[in-house]
Amino acid sequence: MIDIALWISFFLIAMAIVLNAWRLLIGPSLPDRIIALDTMYVNSIALIILYTIWLGSRVYFEAALLIAMLGFISTVAVCKYLLRGDIIE
Amino acid sequence: MINRILPRPILSLILAVVWIMLSDAISWGSVILGTLLGIVIPLLTRRLWDTRPEVKKPLLLLRYTIRVLVDILIANLQVAWLIARPWKRPRPAFVEYRLKLRRDFSITLLASTISLTPGTISANLRLDKRTLLIHVLDVTDIDALIEDIYQRYERPLLEIYE
Amino acid sequence: MEWLDRQWVDTVLEALTAFFLVAGSLITFISSFGMVHLRDFYLRMHGPAKATTLGVGLVLFASSLYFILIERTFHIQLILVTIFLLITAPISAHLLAKAALHRKLPSTPDTRGAPGELKPEDTAREPDTPHPEHPGGTAPQRPEQPQ
Repeated sequence: MIDIALWISFFLIAMAIVLNAWRLLIGPSLPDRIIALDTMYVNSIALIILYTIWLGSRVYFEAALLIAMLGFISTVAVCKYLLRGDIIE
Repeated sequence: MINRILPRPILSLILAVVWIMLSDAISWGSVILGTLLGIVIPLLTRRLWDTRPEVKKPLLLLRYTIRVLVDILIANLQVAWLIARPWKRPRPAFVEYRLKLRRDFSITLLASTISLTPGTISANLRLDKRTLLIHVLDVTDIDALIEDIYQRYERPLLEIYE
Repeated sequence: MEWLDRQWVDTVLEALTAFFLVAGSLITFISSFGMVHLRDFYLRMHGPAKATTLGVGLVLFASSLYFILIERTFHIQLILVTIFLLITAPISAHLLAKAALHRKLPSTPDTRGAPGELKPEDTAREPDTPHPEHPGGTAPQRPEQPQ
Protein backbone atom coordinates (compact mmCIF):
# COMPACT_ATOMS: atom_id res chain seq x y z
CA MET A 1 0.00 0.00 0.00
CA ILE A 2 2.77 2.39 0.94
CA ASP A 3 4.58 1.57 -2.31
CA ILE A 4 1.68 2.75 -4.42
CA ALA A 5 1.17 5.86 -2.29
CA LEU A 6 4.87 6.59 -2.56
CA TRP A 7 4.85 6.41 -6.34
CA ILE A 8 1.77 8.63 -6.55
CA SER A 9 3.45 11.16 -4.27
CA PHE A 10 6.69 11.06 -6.23
CA PHE A 11 4.76 11.78 -9.39
CA LEU A 12 2.68 14.63 -7.89
CA ILE A 13 5.63 16.38 -6.26
CA ALA A 14 7.77 16.03 -9.37
CA MET A 15 4.94 17.55 -11.41
CA ALA A 16 4.67 20.37 -8.86
CA ILE A 17 8.36 21.12 -9.31
CA VAL A 18 7.95 21.09 -13.09
CA LEU A 19 5.10 23.62 -12.78
CA ASN A 20 7.29 25.80 -10.56
CA ALA A 21 10.06 25.62 -13.12
CA TRP A 22 7.56 26.73 -15.76
CA ARG A 23 6.63 29.77 -13.67
CA LEU A 24 10.33 30.43 -13.14
CA LEU A 25 10.87 30.44 -16.89
CA ILE A 26 7.94 32.60 -17.97
CA GLY A 27 8.21 35.15 -15.17
CA PRO A 28 6.90 37.74 -16.00
CA SER A 29 8.30 39.78 -13.12
CA LEU A 30 11.17 39.32 -10.70
CA PRO A 31 9.00 38.62 -7.61
CA ASP A 32 7.23 35.92 -9.62
CA ARG A 33 10.53 34.22 -10.20
CA ILE A 34 11.50 34.51 -6.55
CA ILE A 35 8.25 32.94 -5.44
CA ALA A 36 8.74 30.13 -7.96
CA LEU A 37 12.17 29.41 -6.49
CA ASP A 38 10.77 29.67 -2.96
CA THR A 39 8.08 27.09 -3.69
CA MET A 40 10.62 24.94 -5.47
CA TYR A 41 12.83 24.57 -2.43
CA VAL A 42 9.89 23.70 -0.21
CA ASN A 43 8.82 21.08 -2.75
CA SER A 44 12.33 19.70 -2.93
CA ILE A 45 12.20 19.18 0.84
CA ALA A 46 9.11 17.04 0.26
CA LEU A 47 10.97 15.16 -2.48
CA ILE A 48 13.91 14.44 -0.16
CA ILE A 49 11.55 13.20 2.54
CA LEU A 50 9.91 10.86 0.02
CA TYR A 51 13.36 9.61 -0.89
CA THR A 52 14.15 8.83 2.77
CA ILE A 53 10.95 6.81 2.97
CA TRP A 54 11.92 4.98 -0.19
CA LEU A 55 15.39 4.23 1.16
CA GLY A 56 14.14 3.51 4.66
CA SER A 57 17.03 5.38 6.23
CA ARG A 58 17.26 8.71 7.95
CA VAL A 59 20.53 10.01 6.50
CA TYR A 60 18.82 12.76 4.51
CA PHE A 61 16.92 14.43 7.35
CA GLU A 62 19.77 16.86 7.89
CA ALA A 63 19.69 17.73 4.22
CA ALA A 64 16.00 18.63 4.53
CA LEU A 65 16.74 20.87 7.51
CA LEU A 66 19.59 22.59 5.71
CA ILE A 67 17.53 23.22 2.59
CA ALA A 68 14.74 24.69 4.73
CA MET A 69 17.10 27.15 6.40
CA LEU A 70 19.18 28.15 3.40
CA GLY A 71 16.10 28.50 1.21
CA PHE A 72 14.40 30.85 3.65
CA ILE A 73 17.51 32.96 4.10
CA SER A 74 18.08 33.30 0.36
CA THR A 75 14.45 34.29 -0.26
CA VAL A 76 14.72 36.97 2.40
CA ALA A 77 18.02 38.19 1.00
CA VAL A 78 16.70 38.54 -2.55
CA CYS A 79 13.52 40.30 -1.31
CA LYS A 80 15.62 42.68 0.71
CA TYR A 81 17.70 43.39 -2.34
CA LEU A 82 14.59 44.20 -4.37
CA LEU A 83 13.25 46.44 -1.62
CA ARG A 84 16.32 48.45 -0.77
CA GLY A 85 18.91 47.73 -3.44
CA ASP A 86 21.12 46.43 -0.66
CA ILE A 87 21.21 43.29 1.44
CA ILE A 88 23.10 44.25 4.58
CA GLU A 89 22.75 47.90 5.41
CA MET B 1 23.28 38.43 38.48
CA ILE B 2 21.07 35.86 36.81
CA ASN B 3 20.00 38.57 34.39
CA ARG B 4 23.58 39.20 33.35
CA ILE B 5 24.29 35.59 32.39
CA LEU B 6 20.85 34.71 31.14
CA PRO B 7 19.20 37.85 29.77
CA ARG B 8 16.47 35.74 28.17
CA PRO B 9 15.91 32.51 30.05
CA ILE B 10 13.13 31.28 27.76
CA LEU B 11 15.17 31.89 24.62
CA SER B 12 18.10 30.04 26.20
CA LEU B 13 15.88 27.10 27.05
CA ILE B 14 14.44 26.97 23.53
CA LEU B 15 17.91 27.11 21.97
CA ALA B 16 19.18 24.28 24.17
CA VAL B 17 16.14 22.11 23.50
CA VAL B 18 16.27 22.73 19.74
CA TRP B 19 19.95 21.81 19.68
CA ILE B 20 19.27 18.54 21.51
CA MET B 21 16.39 17.84 19.12
CA LEU B 22 18.65 18.54 16.15
CA SER B 23 21.23 16.00 17.28
CA ASP B 24 18.38 13.45 17.48
CA ALA B 25 19.61 11.74 20.66
CA ILE B 26 20.00 12.78 24.26
CA SER B 27 23.67 12.33 25.01
CA TRP B 28 26.00 14.18 27.36
CA GLY B 29 27.73 15.87 24.45
CA SER B 30 24.56 17.31 22.96
CA VAL B 31 23.24 18.43 26.35
CA ILE B 32 26.48 20.24 27.23
CA LEU B 33 26.82 21.85 23.81
CA GLY B 34 23.14 22.83 23.86
CA THR B 35 23.49 24.51 27.24
CA LEU B 36 26.59 26.31 26.06
CA LEU B 37 24.82 27.60 22.95
CA GLY B 38 21.82 28.58 25.04
CA ILE B 39 24.07 30.78 27.17
CA VAL B 40 26.34 32.22 24.47
CA ILE B 41 23.85 33.06 21.69
CA PRO B 42 21.54 35.32 23.76
CA LEU B 43 24.61 37.14 25.10
CA LEU B 44 26.00 37.73 21.62
CA THR B 45 22.70 38.85 20.12
CA ARG B 46 21.52 40.88 23.11
CA ARG B 47 21.69 44.19 21.30
CA LEU B 48 19.46 42.99 18.46
CA TRP B 49 16.47 42.19 20.63
CA ASP B 50 13.46 44.31 21.22
CA THR B 51 12.27 44.93 24.75
CA ARG B 52 10.87 41.80 26.22
CA PRO B 53 7.08 41.58 25.90
CA GLU B 54 5.32 40.39 28.99
CA VAL B 55 2.55 37.88 28.71
CA LYS B 56 -0.32 39.04 30.87
CA LYS B 57 -2.63 36.10 30.39
CA PRO B 58 -0.73 32.87 29.65
CA LEU B 59 -3.88 30.72 29.47
CA LEU B 60 -5.37 33.00 26.83
CA LEU B 61 -2.12 32.72 24.88
CA LEU B 62 -2.45 28.94 24.91
CA ARG B 63 -6.02 29.15 23.65
CA TYR B 64 -4.95 31.61 20.96
CA THR B 65 -2.19 29.26 19.80
CA ILE B 66 -4.54 26.29 19.53
CA ARG B 67 -7.13 28.37 17.68
CA VAL B 68 -4.52 29.60 15.19
CA LEU B 69 -3.22 26.08 14.57
CA VAL B 70 -6.75 24.82 13.84
CA ASP B 71 -7.37 27.85 11.60
CA ILE B 72 -4.17 27.15 9.67
CA LEU B 73 -5.38 23.66 8.88
CA ILE B 74 -8.79 24.88 7.70
CA ALA B 75 -7.25 27.82 5.85
CA ASN B 76 -4.90 25.64 3.89
CA LEU B 77 -7.68 23.32 2.79
CA GLN B 78 -9.81 26.33 1.79
CA VAL B 79 -7.02 27.89 -0.25
CA ALA B 80 -6.27 24.55 -1.91
CA TRP B 81 -9.95 24.25 -2.84
CA LEU B 82 -10.09 27.83 -4.18
CA ILE B 83 -7.04 27.24 -6.33
CA ALA B 84 -8.15 23.83 -7.55
CA ARG B 85 -11.21 25.15 -9.39
CA PRO B 86 -9.99 27.32 -12.23
CA TRP B 87 -13.50 27.59 -13.68
CA LYS B 88 -14.60 29.94 -10.92
CA ARG B 89 -12.70 33.17 -10.59
CA PRO B 90 -11.73 34.20 -7.07
CA ARG B 91 -12.74 37.69 -5.96
CA PRO B 92 -9.54 39.29 -4.66
CA ALA B 93 -9.32 42.57 -2.76
CA PHE B 94 -6.85 44.83 -1.02
CA VAL B 95 -8.05 45.65 2.48
CA GLU B 96 -6.70 48.34 4.74
CA TYR B 97 -6.86 47.20 8.31
CA ARG B 98 -6.64 49.78 11.08
CA LEU B 99 -4.49 48.44 13.88
CA LYS B 100 -5.33 48.84 17.52
CA LEU B 101 -2.17 47.09 18.62
CA ARG B 102 0.72 49.41 19.33
CA ARG B 103 3.75 47.30 20.16
CA ASP B 104 6.05 45.92 17.50
CA PHE B 105 6.04 42.42 18.88
CA SER B 106 2.27 42.01 18.94
CA ILE B 107 1.90 43.61 15.50
CA THR B 108 4.39 41.06 14.17
CA LEU B 109 2.37 38.27 15.72
CA LEU B 110 -0.87 39.59 14.21
CA ALA B 111 0.69 40.00 10.76
CA SER B 112 2.09 36.46 10.82
CA THR B 113 -1.24 35.08 11.96
CA ILE B 114 -3.04 36.90 9.17
CA SER B 115 -0.60 35.54 6.61
CA LEU B 116 -1.11 31.99 7.81
CA THR B 117 -4.92 31.99 8.05
CA PRO B 118 -7.79 31.92 5.55
CA GLY B 119 -6.95 33.46 2.20
CA THR B 120 -5.26 36.57 3.58
CA ILE B 121 -1.68 37.82 3.39
CA SER B 122 -0.40 40.86 5.19
CA ALA B 123 1.31 42.83 2.48
CA ASN B 124 2.56 46.06 3.96
CA LEU B 125 2.77 47.73 7.31
CA ARG B 126 2.66 51.47 6.76
CA LEU B 127 5.50 53.20 8.47
CA ASP B 128 3.35 54.99 11.04
CA LYS B 129 2.32 51.51 12.28
CA ARG B 130 -1.36 52.38 12.12
CA THR B 131 -2.61 50.46 9.09
CA LEU B 132 -1.82 47.06 7.73
CA LEU B 133 -2.42 46.40 4.05
CA ILE B 134 -3.89 42.94 3.52
CA HIS B 135 -4.42 41.10 0.27
CA VAL B 136 -7.39 38.73 0.32
CA LEU B 137 -7.73 35.86 -2.11
CA ASP B 138 -11.50 35.55 -2.14
CA VAL B 139 -13.90 37.79 -0.25
CA THR B 140 -17.46 39.03 -0.67
CA ASP B 141 -17.98 41.16 2.44
CA ILE B 142 -14.91 43.20 3.35
CA ASP B 143 -16.34 44.74 6.53
CA ALA B 144 -17.25 41.32 7.87
CA LEU B 145 -13.69 40.18 7.20
CA ILE B 146 -12.22 43.11 9.13
CA GLU B 147 -14.59 42.48 12.04
CA ASP B 148 -13.68 38.78 11.95
CA ILE B 149 -9.95 39.49 12.12
CA TYR B 150 -10.52 41.86 15.02
CA GLN B 151 -12.68 39.46 17.00
CA ARG B 152 -10.68 36.32 16.33
CA TYR B 153 -7.09 37.53 16.45
CA GLU B 154 -6.51 41.13 17.43
CA ARG B 155 -8.68 41.24 20.56
CA PRO B 156 -7.03 38.21 22.19
CA LEU B 157 -3.61 39.69 21.35
CA LEU B 158 -4.64 43.03 22.86
CA GLU B 159 -5.65 41.25 26.03
CA ILE B 160 -2.54 39.10 26.16
CA TYR B 161 0.15 41.69 25.50
CA GLU B 162 -1.18 45.20 26.00
CA MET C 1 6.52 -0.90 24.03
CA GLU C 2 5.08 -4.34 23.50
CA TRP C 3 1.59 -3.23 22.68
CA LEU C 4 2.98 -1.74 19.50
CA ASP C 5 4.03 -5.11 18.14
CA ARG C 6 0.62 -6.18 16.96
CA GLN C 7 -0.56 -6.82 13.48
CA TRP C 8 -3.36 -4.28 13.52
CA VAL C 9 -1.05 -1.48 14.71
CA ASP C 10 1.09 -2.05 11.65
CA THR C 11 -1.91 -2.04 9.37
CA VAL C 12 -3.24 1.21 10.85
CA LEU C 13 0.16 2.89 10.65
CA GLU C 14 0.56 1.80 7.06
CA ALA C 15 -2.85 3.10 6.08
CA LEU C 16 -2.25 6.44 7.82
CA THR C 17 1.17 6.83 6.21
CA ALA C 18 -0.23 6.17 2.76
CA PHE C 19 -3.14 8.54 3.35
CA PHE C 20 -1.00 11.44 4.57
CA LEU C 21 1.52 10.92 1.78
CA VAL C 22 -1.10 11.16 -0.93
CA ALA C 23 -3.00 14.00 0.77
CA GLY C 24 0.15 16.05 1.34
CA SER C 25 1.51 15.66 -2.15
CA LEU C 26 -1.91 16.38 -3.65
CA ILE C 27 -2.16 19.67 -1.74
CA THR C 28 1.40 20.56 -2.74
CA PHE C 29 0.58 19.85 -6.37
CA ILE C 30 -2.59 21.94 -6.25
CA SER C 31 -0.78 24.95 -4.85
CA SER C 32 1.90 24.73 -7.55
CA PHE C 33 -0.85 24.36 -10.12
CA GLY C 34 -2.39 27.57 -8.79
CA MET C 35 0.92 29.31 -9.25
CA VAL C 36 0.70 28.59 -12.96
CA HIS C 37 -2.91 29.46 -13.71
CA LEU C 38 -3.75 32.38 -11.39
CA ARG C 39 -3.72 35.76 -13.05
CA ASP C 40 -1.63 38.18 -11.02
CA PHE C 41 1.26 38.05 -8.63
CA TYR C 42 -0.79 38.82 -5.52
CA LEU C 43 -3.04 35.84 -6.20
CA ARG C 44 -0.15 33.52 -6.98
CA MET C 45 1.46 34.46 -3.69
CA HIS C 46 -1.28 32.71 -1.68
CA GLY C 47 -0.43 29.20 -2.81
CA PRO C 48 3.13 28.92 -1.52
CA ALA C 49 2.35 30.80 1.67
CA LYS C 50 -0.27 28.37 2.88
CA ALA C 51 -1.03 25.29 0.84
CA THR C 52 2.57 24.30 0.25
CA THR C 53 3.35 24.56 3.95
CA LEU C 54 0.46 22.28 4.82
CA GLY C 55 1.26 19.85 2.02
CA VAL C 56 4.90 19.46 2.92
CA GLY C 57 3.95 19.33 6.61
CA LEU C 58 1.67 16.38 5.89
CA VAL C 59 4.41 14.60 3.92
CA LEU C 60 6.79 15.12 6.84
CA PHE C 61 4.19 13.76 9.22
CA ALA C 62 3.69 10.70 7.01
CA SER C 63 7.44 10.15 7.04
CA SER C 64 7.63 10.24 10.83
CA LEU C 65 4.76 7.72 10.96
CA TYR C 66 6.66 5.53 8.53
CA PHE C 67 9.76 5.52 10.70
CA ILE C 68 7.64 4.58 13.69
CA LEU C 69 6.34 1.71 11.58
CA ILE C 70 9.69 0.29 10.48
CA GLU C 71 12.04 1.26 13.32
CA ARG C 72 9.72 1.89 16.28
CA THR C 73 11.58 5.16 16.84
CA PHE C 74 10.30 8.69 16.60
CA HIS C 75 12.52 11.18 14.80
CA ILE C 76 11.96 14.62 16.21
CA GLN C 77 13.98 16.34 13.45
CA LEU C 78 11.04 16.03 11.10
CA ILE C 79 8.88 17.98 13.52
CA LEU C 80 11.61 20.63 13.60
CA VAL C 81 11.50 21.00 9.81
CA THR C 82 7.71 21.41 9.95
CA ILE C 83 7.91 24.04 12.69
CA PHE C 84 10.60 25.88 10.79
CA LEU C 85 8.53 25.96 7.60
CA LEU C 86 5.51 27.13 9.58
CA ILE C 87 7.44 30.03 11.12
CA THR C 88 9.18 31.14 7.94
CA ALA C 89 6.30 30.91 5.44
CA PRO C 90 4.44 34.08 6.55
CA ILE C 91 7.66 36.07 6.75
CA SER C 92 8.78 35.28 3.22
CA ALA C 93 5.23 35.84 1.92
CA HIS C 94 5.11 39.24 3.61
CA LEU C 95 8.50 40.25 2.21
CA LEU C 96 7.56 39.09 -1.28
CA ALA C 97 4.34 41.09 -1.14
CA LYS C 98 6.29 44.12 0.01
CA ALA C 99 8.78 43.71 -2.83
CA ALA C 100 5.93 43.37 -5.33
CA LEU C 101 4.24 46.52 -4.02
CA HIS C 102 7.55 48.33 -4.14
CA ARG C 103 7.92 47.44 -7.82
CA LYS C 104 4.25 48.33 -8.38
CA LEU C 105 3.29 45.07 -10.01
CA PRO C 106 -0.22 45.48 -11.41
CA SER C 107 -3.08 43.52 -9.86
CA THR C 108 -5.95 42.08 -11.89
CA PRO C 109 -8.71 44.58 -12.73
CA ASP C 110 -11.32 42.78 -10.64
CA THR C 111 -9.34 43.37 -7.45
CA ARG C 112 -11.32 45.66 -5.17
CA GLY C 113 -9.62 48.31 -3.10
CA ALA C 114 -6.81 50.39 -4.55
CA PRO C 115 -3.93 50.79 -2.13
CA GLY C 116 -1.90 53.96 -2.39
CA GLU C 117 1.22 51.86 -2.82
CA LEU C 118 0.13 50.80 -6.28
CA LYS C 119 -0.73 54.24 -7.65
CA PRO C 120 1.97 55.81 -9.78
CA GLU C 121 2.42 58.81 -7.50
CA ASP C 122 2.37 56.61 -4.36
CA THR C 123 0.00 58.46 -2.05
CA ALA C 124 0.71 56.16 0.88
CA ARG C 125 4.39 56.86 0.89
CA GLU C 126 5.67 57.89 4.27
CA PRO C 127 9.22 59.10 4.82
CA ASP C 128 11.42 56.08 4.33
CA THR C 129 13.60 54.73 7.08
CA PRO C 130 16.97 56.34 6.37
CA HIS C 131 19.67 54.29 4.75
CA PRO C 132 22.62 54.14 7.17
CA GLU C 133 25.18 55.13 4.57
CA HIS C 134 23.00 57.75 2.85
CA PRO C 135 21.08 59.37 5.71
CA GLY C 136 19.97 62.24 3.51
CA GLY C 137 17.82 60.28 1.11
CA THR C 138 16.76 56.83 0.12
CA ALA C 139 19.12 54.11 -0.99
CA PRO C 140 20.96 54.78 -4.25
CA GLN C 141 18.67 53.89 -7.11
CA ARG C 142 19.81 51.23 -9.49
CA PRO C 143 18.56 51.19 -13.03
CA GLU C 144 15.41 49.11 -13.39
CA GLN C 145 15.88 46.01 -15.40
CA PRO C 146 13.66 45.68 -18.43
CA GLN C 147 11.18 42.90 -18.02
